[in-house]
Amino acid sequence: MSATLEHPGAKNVAAESEPRGTEQVAGTKRLVKGNEALALGAVHGGLEAFFGYPITPQNEIPEILSGLLPSLGRVFLQAESEVASINMVYGASAAGHRTMTSSSSPGISLMMEGLSYIAGARLPCVIINVMRGGPGLGNIAPSQADYFQACKGGGHGDFHSLVLAPWNVQEMFELPALAFDLADRYRTPVFILADAVLGSMLEPAVVPDQIPPLRKVSKEWATVGRGRRAVKNVVNSLYLDPEVLSAHNETLQSTYREARREIRYDTRFTDDAEILLVAFGIAARVGLSAVRLLRKQGMRIGLLRPITLFPFPSDAIKHLAKQVRQTFVFELNSGQMVEDVRLAVNGISPVDFYGRMGGVLPGPEELAEQIRSRIGRGDSL
Amino acid sequence: MERLDIDVRRCKGCGLCVEFCPKHCLELGDGMNAIGYHPAELHKPEACTSCSLCAEVCPEAGIRVFRKKKGKP
Amino acid sequence: MSIEMAMMGKASADDRPATTCDDVECVMARPASMTDKLMHYCPGCTHGIIHRLVGEMIDEFGLLDHTVGVCPVGCSVFAYEYFQCDAIEASHGRAPAVATAVKRTDSSRFVFTYQGDGDLASIGMAETIHAAARGERITIFFVNNGIYGMTGGQMAPTSLIGQKTTTSPSGRIAETTGMPIGVCELLSSLKGVAYLARVPISSPKNINTARKYMRKAIRAQLENKGLGLVEFLSTCPVQWAMSPIAAMKHIDNTVIKTFPPGVFVDRVDPVDATSTPMPAVAHTGAEA
Ligand SMILES: Cc1ncc(C[n+]2csc(CCOP(=O)(O)OP(=O)(O)O)c2C)c(N)n1
Ligand code: SF4
Ligand code: SF4
Ligand code: SF4
Ligand SMILES: [Mg+2]
Repeated sequence: MSATLEHPGAKNVAAESEPRGTEQVAGTKRLVKGNEALALGAVHGGLEAFFGYPITPQNEIPEILSGLLPSLGRVFLQAESEVASINMVYGASAAGHRTMTSSSSPGISLMMEGLSYIAGARLPCVIINVMRGGPGLGNIAPSQADYFQACKGGGHGDFHSLVLAPWNVQEMFELPALAFDLADRYRTPVFILADAVLGSMLEPAVVPDQIPPLRKVSKEWATVGRGRRAVKNVVNSLYLDPEVLSAHNETLQSTYREARREIRYDTRFTDDAEILLVAFGIAARVGLSAVRLLRKQGMRIGLLRPITLFPFPSDAIKHLAKQVRQTFVFELNSGQMVEDVRLAVNGISPVDFYGRMGGVLPGPEELAEQIRSRIGRGDSL
Repeated sequence: MERLDIDVRRCKGCGLCVEFCPKHCLELGDGMNAIGYHPAELHKPEACTSCSLCAEVCPEAGIRVFRKKKGKP
Repeated sequence: MSIEMAMMGKASADDRPATTCDDVECVMARPASMTDKLMHYCPGCTHGIIHRLVGEMIDEFGLLDHTVGVCPVGCSVFAYEYFQCDAIEASHGRAPAVATAVKRTDSSRFVFTYQGDGDLASIGMAETIHAAARGERITIFFVNNGIYGMTGGQMAPTSLIGQKTTTSPSGRIAETTGMPIGVCELLSSLKGVAYLARVPISSPKNINTARKYMRKAIRAQLENKGLGLVEFLSTCPVQWAMSPIAAMKHIDNTVIKTFPPGVFVDRVDPVDATSTPMPAVAHTGAEA
């Protein structure tokens, strides 16, 4: 499957039950809440400094970190706003530390200028968005309506964040550590896109008993104070000369191209599939159940679940589009990721979309019925 | 040995040193430097007391002030 | 200019040859913590004087090797080019938030911000007030020139009543734009502030007073007492449409009537028992 990485052990495991825990990790399996998993996962991943502002449905994250981080001699600070939070993240990252903020949709909107500075200055950091319904104040129900915002830059200027989308509590625990590693490797912000259901979901997950000690990642560019260094370091995104800024933009773009080797996705029942369902996060959970229902009814349908939303698993989708008669995309929004699926499929076979907005999470029967009734109807969005 | 060393490369001819010299020993010269300004000059070196007030107000941090060490003739 | 030179007290960032006569001593020179780079400020703009004072302070306290400067957007957007220390460019108004994180993640750093009045008192007012309220161990150098210099002379929250700017062409009117914000007056009620003073940059004498204030604002951080802020009444000859000298006189004759200079808070050298410092924030051992 070209240069893409498979999610370990997840490909075409037809008989597999609901999302698996990772038994290889030594630790205790217990019931963990999604937001708790994100908080613990970040700490296990080396989080040194957290800055955030309360907003539902992610409040357990700062609540847990407010006790845990200081007890480890690390930094927790409740900022005066999301604007301050993201700029504190900017400062802590500039000073060489693994740093994170978490919020939900309206708060993430408020962070966009700061995010653009972070991307412009090539600073690593992790941002969690436990998405809720929008636009505006919307509601606090699950949504995936911030896909564009997270995956297409969101702030001003040509930039991207890498975007990871967990679908169960185990991944909510594991992806923050991966996010920190990717952030440091590519010097980009990394988003974790969860939603109100994943955040409050209670599921068994394996959490290591011991928090690993901090592993200092050396960052020769960081503004830690000059010390004995021969040259000063400056963290900056200002390049007045258009040619120089253009070269800087090129550097960013080549970083995003390089990051394509990090593409991760999960496929289920795709080996013999004639119909492909593409969904991420909580929608993929509903999607997998719908696939099982439809399989029982004899439909040869499979699921592809992008784990990295940016970079997007376009090659894997393109490859499957050649095999299947039709592709369905299911999202909790008006149709955002479907644009990337269509670009990947590029007319090879029809792509259809079903979405619910406003925080409505349809059941597998509703989705299965939509897929069944639209078979052969082709590109109808 | 002049008591004053005005960095003509960075002087912007703002005149603040001229204004604040208590001994009136500075003036803006006729010459023009590479950045297009008439740099200040010490035209009455004998009157200069090395008081440093000119350097204190220079926005370019471009004036060095020297004085005879005490105890030396 | 080497970092070693910078740390040798009397060294200078001036690349011109030093005097070789041993009966002569240098009494004033460009601070070693400044770079040799030509500054971009307009002729006579007091930003340059304040830069030199910041450089002098870093030299005097021997702080260069662990200083991180935070310089947001404004005329001083290139300030990082003029100092030898590590520096971070912050977005407009957010320097106190950035500085907060740099300091909290390692309290051995000396962290300062260098902010304009539009930056600190308008778009960044929330960050300013909350950093002060939390008693962040940071030092703020606040350059109040009563105008948005960089963007072409628009009205600032600190513009004087009657002041003509490009967005108050017939003079600032209190009825529609309110009264100028006195940042020192506003912040003086906050217990996290350990030192707060305002000084006009209008004469050698006042520049020397600025030095004294800056020492205390730096000590507020070094001695773990709280936030230190010095407000400089600074000139903007170009946007004020005045000569550099007239601009300085304008500060002394007019600006100080709205912004009276002086020390507003001093918990660094407390004169009475009521002005004790706020308890130290739990700084991290993340480095340890
Ligand atoms: C978010 C944002 N809004 C507006 C600007 C444009 N801007 C740059 S500097 C500035 C005002 C600077 O004024 P001040 O802080 O007083 O500094 P001065 O130039 O007077 O020294 C403004 C409005 C910006 N860079 N970013
Ligand atoms: S050192 Fe004093 S006397 Fe000499 S030129 Fe400067 S201001 Fe005038
Ligand atoms: S104060 Fe400095 S910049 Fe201004 S005229 Fe004198 S030497 Fe030149
Ligand atoms: S515009 Fe005003 S504040 Fe900015 S450099 Fe010029 S004189 Fe100074
Ligand atoms: Mg200003």
